[in-house]
Amino acid sequence: MALRLPSKVLKHILSFIDSNEDRNSVSLVCKSWFETERKTRKRVFVGNCYAVTPAAVARRFPAMRSLTLKGKPHFADYNLVPDGWGGYACPWIESMAAKSPYLEEIRLKRMVVTDDCLERIAASFKNFKVLVLTSCEGFSTDGIAAIASTCRNLRVLELRECIVEDLGGDWLSYFPETSTSLVSLDFSCLDSEVKISDLERLVSRSPNLKSLKLNPAVTLDGLVSILRRAPQLTELGTGSFAAELKPEAFTKLSKAFSNCKQLQSLSGLWDVLPEYLPALYSVCPGLTSLNLSYATVRMPDLVELLRRCSKLQKLWVMDLIEDKGLEAVASYCKELRELRVFPSEPDLDATNIPVTEQGLVYVSKGCRKLESVLYFCVQFTNAALITIARKRPNLKCFRLCVIEPFAPDYKTNEPLDKGFKAIAEGCKDLRRLSVSGLLSDKAFKYIGKHAKKVRMLSIAFAGDSDLMLHHLLSGCESLKKLEIRDCPFGDTALLENAAKLETMRSLWMSSCFVSFGACKLLSQKMPRLNVEVIDEHPPKTRPESSPVERIYIYRTVAGPRMDTPEFVWTLHKNPEIGVSKLAIK
Amino acid sequence: MSPEEELQSNVSVASSSPTSNCISRGTTVALKEHNYLGLSDCSSSVGSSTLSAGLTEDDKASISLKATELTLGLPGSQARDTDLNLMKNSVKLDEKPFFPLLPSKDEICSSSQKNNASGNKRGFSDTMDQFAEAKSSVYTEKNWMFPEAAATKSVTKKDVPQSIPKGQSSTTNNSSSPPAAKAQIVGWPPVRSYRKNTLATTCKNSDEVDGRPGSGALFVKVSMDGAPYLRKVDLRSYTNYGELSSALEKMFTTFTLGQCGSNGAAGKDMLSETKLKDLLNGKDYVLTYEDKDGDWMLVGDVPWEMFIDVCKKLKIMKGCDAIGLAAAPRAVEKSKMRA
Repeated sequence: MALRLPSKVLKHILSFIDSNEDRNSVSLVCKSWFETERKTRKRVFVGNCYAVTPAAVARRFPAMRSLTLKGKPHFADYNLVPDGWGGYACPWIESMAAKSPYLEEIRLKRMVVTDDCLERIAASFKNFKVLVLTSCEGFSTDGIAAIASTCRNLRVLELRECIVEDLGGDWLSYFPETSTSLVSLDFSCLDSEVKISDLERLVSRSPNLKSLKLNPAVTLDGLVSILRRAPQLTELGTGSFAAELKPEAFTKLSKAFSNCKQLQSLSGLWDVLPEYLPALYSVCPGLTSLNLSYATVRMPDLVELLRRCSKLQKLWVMDLIEDKGLEAVASYCKELRELRVFPSEPDLDATNIPVTEQGLVYVSKGCRKLESVLYFCVQFTNAALITIARKRPNLKCFRLCVIEPFAPDYKTNEPLDKGFKAIAEGCKDLRRLSVSGLLSDKAFKYIGKHAKKVRMLSIAFAGDSDLMLHHLLSGCESLKKLEIRDCPFGDTALLENAAKLETMRSLWMSSCFVSFGACKLLSQKMPRLNVEVIDEHPPKTRPESSPVERIYIYRTVAGPRMDTPEFVWTLHKNPEIGVSKLAIK
Repeated sequence: MSPEEELQSNVSVASSSPTSNCISRGTTVALKEHNYLGLSDCSSSVGSSTLSAGLTEDDKASISLKATELTLGLPGSQARDTDLNLMKNSVKLDEKPFFPLLPSKDEICSSSQKNNASGNKRGFSDTMDQFAEAKSSVYTEKNWMFPEAAATKSVTKKDVPQSIPKGQSSTTNNSSSPPAAKAQIVGWPPVRSYRKNTLATTCKNSDEVDGRPGSGALFVKVSMDGAPYLRKVDLRSYTNYGELSSALEKMFTTFTLGQCGSNGAAGKDMLSETKLKDLLNGKDYVLTYEDKDGDWMLVGDVPWEMFIDVCKKLKIMKGCDAIGLAAAPRAVEKSKMRA
């Protein structure tokens, strides 16, 4: 007789399981486990808003309290996805408003959100608490005002790098005087000045406020006044630091910071004058996260600051830190887990990038806990990559951007195959990898063979042939997201590994050699994939064998989407194009 | 023949019937040999074993033979002018096939091969640039959709690739003139536009911070009544009002179209180009700007140089809303007072 776990017991067990991956596994065990799991899942994550319909999600998870949605493909961040492609939040909000009125948290990434949408959120969810919009667009400060004014229990309002139509700073005054629940507020991407007095009052009446990220329009004086009222902050994004240096101002600032004994994370620091940095020294010993990626400060000043940050775990900085500065980081910041070095001049013809591969090698050698890297530089060597892999086998995320396309190992003139082989082989827990520089098919053979846990892979200007894609699709077992641009292959590897695409979230290929014919064939034979051809030219005007500009392929149970703009071609939308000539007889 | 037509005919020449036969043959052969789609015994559970089986050496060879017959030559990707400086060392290209699947490709380190490979690859982005050129000259109305295409033509030193169509800026063919600086590639290096914009503004604000020269870019926000979100333009990338005006016109055609689109309506509801222009003209939009004093003025009355000095923000207003705005004489007087 089979033992059956009573559902009450199962429910209790499940209450300890938060990870959605685990919950997905639980729901595959048997029907009753599926039922129990779905009725108890509170946090729902949908990695591709077109993979499933909002109605289906609402139906499956009646207890949903938190919804996270992602819209556009990642390469949209780099202007590779034309405006108007899609990723609209409205249908989701509409559906949830009707079916999940108890929703408390909404997190959206790379989606188009309108003011109507925001007003709907404000009006429909009585207990709404958390709104986080990352890289979203389509709304104005009016929509924000609606959220601020109507959501009585709002705890978190974060606008991270959104493009917002800024109609002024009034939105802040819409927080009612009775609202005291705010825990986190991030308006760093807005341009307009807010009334400091409104902000002061809001901060004063929010005793639970832990995270505050101001926009550049907030002056140093404003910052001082806010810090006085919120010494309990753990995360702070400053406003502009560009005020004229006055001794009293400096003293006040210093004092204000020294009162913030719980500050762990510091960001903002736009336009920072190096003379103001010492005001931060008092908080450095406690900092675990420091974002200096907008601070145009030279290496000596950076080192002065960083050598005091012994507990630092996350550092985002510009290449102005130079190799020497990174050497200092390696010796002072022994707790470092994540390093991102951004280019101060993000141009192709920037000749003067002051970091080289040596900087990253220093950090890899000195920071034993380093597990996540994003590094921009002009060129690299195999030797450096091999050293990094050997020293840091615990790397989980390695994103190297060699700005010069096709740049070989500048010492040996070889491709960077050996280097990335070392990374793939040595870093067994690698989950995210971005490669660059001159790479042949061999590199991808190694990656396919060794990078068994890689879930997201980004490739640009690499490879020689279809073999590259074939190695990846047939080798990388955990691959979920693959994004490729400007690589010389297409149809054969894609069609041969068609089934793999159903095990992945999405595949993006732009400026490659995928023909329209292959897309049609794939589309016909794989009904659970949406194959989108994103191309300005109508396919009818060109032969089937000519390459298309971009393709975006993703698995879906929602069927073809109905909101495609005119430059997105799908077999479903354009059946007049007809059956592919490549069909098997 | 317009560049666009030229492009098209080149494409069709390159993919003439032998080639397309080749492709179909090649792919069909591949399909038959590997049964990778499991078509004959197609079931809903995709037969992943057949599909993701590794290629045998023979298969690779047979594919490669077929593959090498493919000459999917996009115009410009085969015989490229070596002046196209995407790489430091200019390279002479040989005619080589695009899909060198031959197993012997393992020896990739031979410099000629590598250079050639990269040279071939260079064709991609340059091809895209060519497409972009063709686009920018012919699809002028549609530039808003792929504004980055036009932006790739900007060769000025510190010009951040912005989402702005450059209007009728120089459309000199890549191969004819040696470029002073490298051509820009869309979305490369992969830095978010948010970051690029912020850095540009930061540079502008603190020109003397590190003794670095200012970026030269002067970004102001442009909003339009009824548009869902605003844009930024770099005023220093235009030299007169005409350029600014046509660039804005192109940029904002999207919004009137977009008003249909962003509500989820399919492309069928979108307006045609001519209808759109009528709409804009009919509604009589005017371009206004906010100056350093916070006053809203009509654009076009002060000399251009003075304008970019005082302009803080731009707004495309409906004509009826702009009635009370400062007309020419006041604007000029104000500037005179300041000067």
